[in-house]
Amino acid sequence: MSTAAATRALPADSVGYVVPQKFHFDEPLPLRSGRTLEHYDLMVETYGTLNADRSNALLICHALSGDHHAAGYHDPSNPKEKPGWWDCCIGPGKPFDTRHFFVVCLNNLGGCAGSTGPSSLNPDTGKPFGPDFPIITVRDWVSAQARLADRLGIDCWAAVIGGSLGGMQVMRWAISYPQRLRHALIIAAAPKLSAQNIAFNEVARQSIMSDPDFHQGRYYDFGTYPKRGVTLARMVGHITYLSDTSLREKFGKAGRDSNFGRDLRDGRLSFGFDVDFQVQSYLQYKGETFSSRFDANSYLLMTKALDYFDPTVDYDGDLSKAFAASTCKFLVMSFTSDWRFAPERSREIVDALLKARKDVSYLEIEAAEGHDSFLLPIPRYMQALQAYLGRVAAESSGAAA
Amino acid sequence: MNLRADLLLIQDWIAPGSRVLDLGCGDGAFLAHLKATKGVQDCGLEIDADNIFKCLQAGVNVVEQDMDKGLRNFDTGSFDTVVLAHTLQALHRPDEIVEEMLRVGRNCILTFPNFAYWRHRLSLLTEGRMPKSPQLPHEWYDTPNLHHCTISDFDRLCRSRRIRLLQRTVVDDDHRSTWPMRLWPNLFGINAIYHITR
Repeated sequence: MSTAAATRALPADSVGYVVPQKFHFDEPLPLRSGRTLEHYDLMVETYGTLNADRSNALLICHALSGDHHAAGYHDPSNPKEKPGWWDCCIGPGKPFDTRHFFVVCLNNLGGCAGSTGPSSLNPDTGKPFGPDFPIITVRDWVSAQARLADRLGIDCWAAVIGGSLGGMQVMRWAISYPQRLRHALIIAAAPKLSAQNIAFNEVARQSIMSDPDFHQGRYYDFGTYPKRGVTLARMVGHITYLSDTSLREKFGKAGRDSNFGRDLRDGRLSFGFDVDFQVQSYLQYKGETFSSRFDANSYLLMTKALDYFDPTVDYDGDLSKAFAASTCKFLVMSFTSDWRFAPERSREIVDALLKARKDVSYLEIEAAEGHDSFLLPIPRYMQALQAYLGRVAAESSGAAA
Repeated sequence: MNLRADLLLIQDWIAPGSRVLDLGCGDGAFLAHLKATKGVQDCGLEIDADNIFKCLQAGVNVVEQDMDKGLRNFDTGSFDTVVLAHTLQALHRPDEIVEEMLRVGRNCILTFPNFAYWRHRLSLLTEGRMPKSPQLPHEWYDTPNLHHCTISDFDRLCRSRRIRLLQRTVVDDDHRSTWPMRLWPNLFGINAIYHITR
C-alpha cells in the first residue's frame, strides 16, 4: 500500500482499489456477420468473492461508452480520480452487495478499454485493425461473455444486469442461454431501436466519418484521430441522454426561476457565433473529453451494435416467442423522463414477457434526469434494486446451504 | 401470516398451481401467501411505490400499471383467476374492468363494500348525509370511491352482461356470515364477495 493510498479515505461502501485482469482466448469466436475472431482478449474487473458452489455471481453489462471499470478506484496517487461508472450500485451495502455477490464486469469486444477492438494490433498485419475489425453484435458480445463465464467456472449467473445497451445484452442472455441465468435485470432499454434512435446514431457516425482526420478509419497510421468528429458525435449523443428538465435545472441557476436553462457563460450576449450560453461550452467540454478517451472506430461499432440489435429476428418479429425458452425471472425498469428509450419501450418488453407467461416485475421510476437516470443513485431506483437483489442473495445463500 | 379476512375467504376458490392476476395487489401479501400455500404463478398490478417495494421484498411479481387505463396488454384467457379486492368502487368504469377481468381470466373474484347496508341507508335517511363507516371512512369530497354499488346493483350487472355467478358470499366486518345476511343480503351484508365467470 502506497503512502498516497493512506492519505485518501475511500467511502466505507466502496469496493476500494481494484486491478483489472486481462483474459486471453484462443478458441475462435464465430460472429453473427459470418466472420470469425481467431484470438481475443477480454478486460475484466471483479468485486467480491465467488462462493463455493459458484451461485452468487452477477454479470454487469455495460452500455455504449462504458467499460469493465464499473466500481472502485484504480490509482491511489490520484486524489481526484472518479470511481467506476456504476459505483453507486456496487459495493458493500449497495444494491449489488459485494458482501453477498461476486460481481463481474468486462469491456466488450470492439471496445477500447483493453479488450480486443479496432485499436488493437491485428496479428496478421502488425498494425491496428481499424476498419478491418469485424462488426460485432450484441449476440457476439454475449457469446464472448459466456466464454468468460466458462473460464471463471460460472455455470449460472445469479443475475445478469444492464442498462440501455447493457439491458439488450441481458435480453440476449435470457434468449440464447436460458439455463445460465436465474434473474434478468433490464433497465432503461428497448426491444430494438426505432427509426429515431437509428437516426441519431447515423448523425454520430457521419460526424466521425466526415472528419478529415478519420482517414477511412486508418487514422492510427497517421498519428492522429478524428477529434472533431467524435466530439460532435458525443455532443449529439449526450443531448439524447439528458432531458429538457435536467438541462433547464443544470443551466438555469442564475435566475430566480429556472430561466429555461439559458444561463450565459460571460453574463452577456456576444452577438457573434462564439459560445454565449453555458450549455454550449458544457456540451463541447463533454464531447472533447470523451473524444480524448474513446476510440472513434469503437464508437462506430457500438452504434452499429445498437442499430442491429433485434432479438426477434429469429422469431417472426415476435418478442414473446423470443423469450419462450427463458426460465429466469425478469425485473424491467424505466425512467419517466427518458426519451431515448422511453417507458413505453420498456413496457413493450414487459408485455412480451407477460404474453410469454414469464415471471416479470416492472417499475417506472419518476426521475428528471432522462436516459442517464439509470446511472444515478435515485432513491426509489436504488431501493428497488436493493429489495430485488436481496431476494436473489437469499436464494444463492440458500443454494449454498 | 396476517392476511385480510376477505382474502382468507377467497383463497379457497383458487386452484393450486394456477395463474393468478391480482389487480391492486397492495403489499403482495395475498400473492405471497398463495405462492407459498398453493404454488400459484403470480402477477400483481399496483401503482403505489411503497407497495411495489414491499412486493419486491416479498418476491412477488409486480407490474407498475394503472388498471384504470385497461388491461389491453394481457392476453385473453392468460390467467386462471383474476382478483379485484375492495377496489371496484374506486375505478372510473367498473363495468369495463369487470369485462376486462372476464376476458383475461377464466374466472374472477371481486369484493366490494355493500352501499345498501342498513346502517348506510339509515344515516342517509335520518341525517341526510353521505354515510361514513369503518368500510367507508372518507368524507364525500376526498373519497377514492367513485362508484358505490349495492349487491342488487352488481347482481343486475351480472344478469345484463350474461355473467355467470359461481359463488357469492356476503359477510360482516369480521367476515362472518350470519342468517340475516343470508336471508336479506342487500340489507344486512357489509361486504360482498363474488366469484364469477362467463
